[in-house]
Amino acid sequence: MSDSTLQQSPVASNEKEFLSFVLGKEHYALDITTVKEIRGYEAATKIANAPAFIKGVLNLRGDIVPIVDLRLKFNVGEATYNEFTIVIMLHVHERIVGVVVDGVSDVVRLTDEQILPPPEFGVAFDSQYLHGLSEVDDTMVILVNIEKLITSDALALVDSNPNMSLAG
Amino acid sequence: MSIDVEQFHGVFFDESEEHLQAMEDLLMTIDVDAPDIEELNSIFRAAHSIKGGSGIFGFDRLTGLTHIMETLLDKARNQSIELDTAIVDLFLETVDILKATLTAYREQQPLPEAEIAAGIAQLEATLSAFDNAPKADSVQNQDAIEEDDGFGFFDDLPEPDSTSETVEASADTDDLFGDLAFGAEAQSAERAAPQATTEEEDGFGFFDDIVTPDVNNSPQSDEAFGFFEELPEPPKTPVASVTPIQTAAKKPATTNNSSAARESGSIRVDTAKIDGMVNLVGELVITQSMLSMIGRDIEGQSGEMLQAAIDELQRNTREIQESVMSMRMLPVNMTFNRFPRVVRDLSQKLGKQVKLVIEGGATEIDKSLIEKLVDPLTHLVRNSIDHGIESPQTRAEAGKPESGTVILSAQQKGSSIIISISDDGAGLNRERIMDKAVQNGLPVSLDMPDSDVWQLIFQPGFSTAAEVTDVSGRGVGMDVVRRNIESIGGRIEIESNLGKGSSFSIHLPLTLAIVDGMCVTVGEQIFVMPLLNIIESFQPKPEQIQTIGNDNVLWIRDEYWPLVPLHQMMQVDDAIAEPTESIIVLLESGKNRFGVQVDALMGQQQVVIKSLEKHYKKVAGVAGATIMGDGKVALIIDVDSMAQSCQLTIKHEVCA
Repeated sequence: MSDSTLQQSPVASNEKEFLSFVLGKEHYALDITTVKEIRGYEAATKIANAPAFIKGVLNLRGDIVPIVDLRLKFNVGEATYNEFTIVIMLHVHERIVGVVVDGVSDVVRLTDEQILPPPEFGVAFDSQYLHGLSEVDDTMVILVNIEKLITSDALALVDSNPNMSLAG
Repeated sequence: MSIDVEQFHGVFFDESEEHLQAMEDLLMTIDVDAPDIEELNSIFRAAHSIKGGSGIFGFDRLTGLTHIMETLLDKARNQSIELDTAIVDLFLETVDILKATLTAYREQQPLPEAEIAAGIAQLEATLSAFDNAPKADSVQNQDAIEEDDGFGFFDDLPEPDSTSETVEASADTDDLFGDLAFGAEAQSAERAAPQATTEEEDGFGFFDDIVTPDVNNSPQSDEAFGFFEELPEPPKTPVASVTPIQTAAKKPATTNNSSAARESGSIRVDTAKIDGMVNLVGELVITQSMLSMIGRDIEGQSGEMLQAAIDELQRNTREIQESVMSMRMLPVNMTFNRFPRVVRDLSQKLGKQVKLVIEGGATEIDKSLIEKLVDPLTHLVRNSIDHGIESPQTRAEAGKPESGTVILSAQQKGSSIIISISDDGAGLNRERIMDKAVQNGLPVSLDMPDSDVWQLIFQPGFSTAAEVTDVSGRGVGMDVVRRNIESIGGRIEIESNLGKGSSFSIHLPLTLAIVDGMCVTVGEQIFVMPLLNIIESFQPKPEQIQTIGNDNVLWIRDEYWPLVPLHQMMQVDDAIAEPTESIIVLLESGKNRFGVQVDALMGQQQVVIKSLEKHYKKVAGVAGATIMGDGKVALIIDVDSMAQSCQLTIKHEVCA
């Protein structure tokens, strides 16, 4: 996280960096300051009675970290696991969560003006977890409000706890 | 001088608390008819240390009170006054006031001025009741030297060290003492040391412990301690400059780190540092087991050498782990020590005769647990005396000795500690509890087993005491007791016999960080079961498996045991479904026993418990996770919660 903050320094004040990734055929992006690291997929230890999109827990250098497959959660693309499958490790609210995606494409810089309000429908994500839409190289990129998504009840990653129920 | 001394306040408060506790313990055990001079000396030294430290930091209320207490103590140890119970009681009261004052200073609350004044007045009255019999100063000085026990922080340091920082003493009040100057002056100091330095120089780095020689003779010596209020320059490295008494030559100050370590048997370390080390050692254990797994695949001579080195590493790792864990361990006596006083005060207040027996006080337990045990234990002991032990008349009528006994014991059993509070009092009254439960609208049935009835007292707002006393009976306690104990991973069990007494046992894990576990496989997955809960494991014969409804039960040792297939509970595919082809592990948790069906046993291993909740959330039936040698995560089974869920299903079947 601190690394990305450093890299951000030359960025104009109203410009933000996003990491874009692919789910099925759709392009998404999330705030790069929440990204801890990107690594290849490896099998996680399953957890009983957890929803199918929670693949289990992994050892990330001594931390036990849950892995979420967003493709399963939002029914995008096919949940296949091969050497190209990527896990984005996110650091949100003192927690580390791994998110399985089909691929990571690029780091994009966007100003507030370039971000359009999210549509009410038509995307796999519930619009409350969206930050907005933007266009990069003629491709539509959906900006995900990853903090809200990770702490949401829908992902059931956290115990219902007043401090964490930011998604409401 | 504007100096930041607050960084040392914590140390002073901690040490003073220990001194007060030591004083209280000694006062409790002292034999008034034939007092042990050594014990009196220890009490005196403790009081003196508090006085010295409080003077330095300007906590003058403490200084005033300890000063007069010390004067009285000094007379007692010089046998110029006779000790009696009244004086011991007075000392104990003074210790209480000191504790309250210390807490007030620590928490920056208003000081208990009235109590302090009353305490001083009482001590002075006692003091003036005895004839002043001053001793020769020289003799006392001699005592002082011998008794200089320091604060365990800075102490006499003979070697000079020219590189050390300088300490400037403020000696404006030295003249009050005439023969004792504080402050160590270093030659290099530009601000020359005050002129008041005399031949009997007693430096102080911070806390030094020199008896003021003319305590008895200077009634106004409260003020005499003014010199403590001015502080030496705060050294970047701690400095002690202590020049032996009777030496005119000034010796420069030296850094004191080494001397503190050498001269006192212990050092203070922030628990956060130890916790950090515990974590690191946990990582080391994991890395070590990764290495040994990799080492197995290497063949030939270098493989053998590697294996030998890994074995060595394994031994060392285990030793490091043990010694780091033992740093966190403290004897439960740290907690138990306060109870003689609690029992004494309470039994006096309630007009009961109670004898307290402490067993196994040397049993060691994790420091974090010790701190959290204080409140629940105090509550249970008070309960035992207030509700358990009857009045002497009632006891005599029941044919029991008039004096009741409360036994506080600690013992280690496997990797858990059992602390029990037993009394030979009236025991729990089943009917009263049931009545109260019905009143409170709790679901009860008349044929509930005793153990379930006793658990009712842990319900919020539950007190069967006929009337509320200021000791207990408000019913705000037992639920908190249980919550506190559960929060540290323990559980509490009650045994009670009407008319014979009751016993509360608290089962606690030895430590919260590491568990001895049995690794088992189910399908592709590995689970860890705490060794403590395992009774035995075996491959069942077909006749040992019986079916009730859709579930299997196990017939072993002439009993039916519930059988939980772990693969069903943990939703693992590709596990062996047939019980007779798998392994059964018999588990025990509290009073619940059941069998768990697994595919195979892998072996025994110490595992570091990692929290699942840190990044995820609590998972039913899982106590935590650990990292295996290959870096994979294995879940640790929570036998208690598993027992509860399987108990429910069995009950359900019996009812159905």
